[in-house]
Amino acid sequence: MKSLKAQLHTLADPEEELAVLEERHPGGADNNFKNHLDRIGLFPLLPTQLEIFQINMGKMCNQVCKHCHVDAGPDRKEIMTRETMQLCLDVIKKEPFLNCVDLTGGAPEMNPDFRWFVDSIRLIRPDIKIIVRCNLTIILANPKFNDLPDFFKKNSVEVVSSLPYFSAMKTDAQRGDGVFEKSIKALKLLNQVGYGMEGSGLVLNLVYNPSGAFLPGSQSELEGEFRKKLRDRFEVEFNSLFTITNIPISRFLEYLLRSENFENYMEKLLSSFNPVAATGVMCRNTISIGWDGYLYDCDFNQMLDLKVNTTHSTHLSNWDSSALADRSIVINNHCFGCTAGAGSSCGGATS
Amino acid sequence: MKTYYNPEDLKKFGSIGDLQKSMADKFFAYYAEVFKEGALSAREKSLIALAVAHALQCPYCIDAYTTDTLEKGCDEEQMMEAVHVAAAIRGGASLVHSTQMMNKIKEISM
Ligand code: SF4
Ligand code: SF4
Repeated sequence: MKSLKAQLHTLADPEEELAVLEERHPGGADNNFKNHLDRIGLFPLLPTQLEIFQINMGKMCNQVCKHCHVDAGPDRKEIMTRETMQLCLDVIKKEPFLNCVDLTGGAPEMNPDFRWFVDSIRLIRPDIKIIVRCNLTIILANPKFNDLPDFFKKNSVEVVSSLPYFSAMKTDAQRGDGVFEKSIKALKLLNQVGYGMEGSGLVLNLVYNPSGAFLPGSQSELEGEFRKKLRDRFEVEFNSLFTITNIPISRFLEYLLRSENFENYMEKLLSSFNPVAATGVMCRNTISIGWDGYLYDCDFNQMLDLKVNTTHSTHLSNWDSSALADRSIVINNHCFGCTAGAGSSCGGATS
Repeated sequence: MKTYYNPEDLKKFGSIGDLQKSMADKFFAYYAEVFKEGALSAREKSLIALAVAHALQCPYCIDAYTTDTLEKGCDEEQMMEAVHVAAAIRGGASLVHSTQMMNKIKEISM
């Protein structure tokens, strides 16, 4: 399978995606995300306190998951340079209120400067939380990645990994043939060095996202179910499970349109709009950084090329935290994915 | 094409209250109470609902509880097993009545 970009698919163009989200939105403009926020007094959506620095290190990935909102894959070559990483380090160093650096991609580990970058963050901020969104299979993709669990441990990295189900059929349908088996192997390697094990202090969290056009169920119930099944069937341990709603952009949007589920899915998101979840959307305490150093409200806006709404400070090279604090967050109809039901963020349910 | 069952009609379920409000309100309150996590988990209840939907052959309920069981993290194998439970009970319910037939055979046969 190729990325949308490599297929020269029209939905590889953010403008095309935004046009679909607007023109085919159920109920039209009167029913859009802005109006929903307006009705609960939350428009314009403003940031609270910036805490999380989420860095997308590039679109290169060893997998080509069907739902991927990054349109990542082996055919994507856009990755962050060491110079841009240095600009990230400058910001992390000078902004003491940042308490979490969240590294994502693609597969961030495929970036040749990944280890240098993690070591450098740890050096300048010994106490900051560092999260790596690891797709698991990368650990087994090449011998040079086999020692990643030890590397993560050395830097007290928190590992967050996707596993859409505790059986091969559903996992492989979403993430590719053989992914489930490799993921279980990788989870065992992480467990072996202490990740997810009681008392180790090494955190291994799992991400569940639905493998189709439906919403995730209760996070706590699914967590219980995953814990039981992974323990009984595979002797795998983990800390928490985060449920994440698929946001209707990129490859998931392409799937929704191709399978004629788009309208139904959007209606479901709309009818599940939860004001409490809207108050807690992650863009309020996060800045997302693109592989090329541009700044966004979240990783989804980044993929839609919706840059932060400031006159300056749109790139790391002219970072200005007070201008960012004064901005309003750029929203669109894809945001309904964050506010449906119990809400959704990179840290799971929000209400 | 005109058909008796239209998936869009499921969305109108709530409007049964337009003709008789107090009974509908009581029904929906009861319905919500039944499906809450209790001695059975919400997931278990959803699988039971899926099986009953097949026993009653209600297309609305089949649509609704297929989505609901998937959302609650059930997989296809579990869902199909639930339908087999419905089928087994339906089949069994027919077959067990054959004891009555056999009784009657005995009664009237030489
Ligand atoms: S592993 Fe993650 S980044 Fe890679 S294709 Fe899958 S969802 Fe996208
Ligand atoms: S999609 Fe991004 S901008 Fe929209 S609500 Fe979610 S986190 Fe915020």
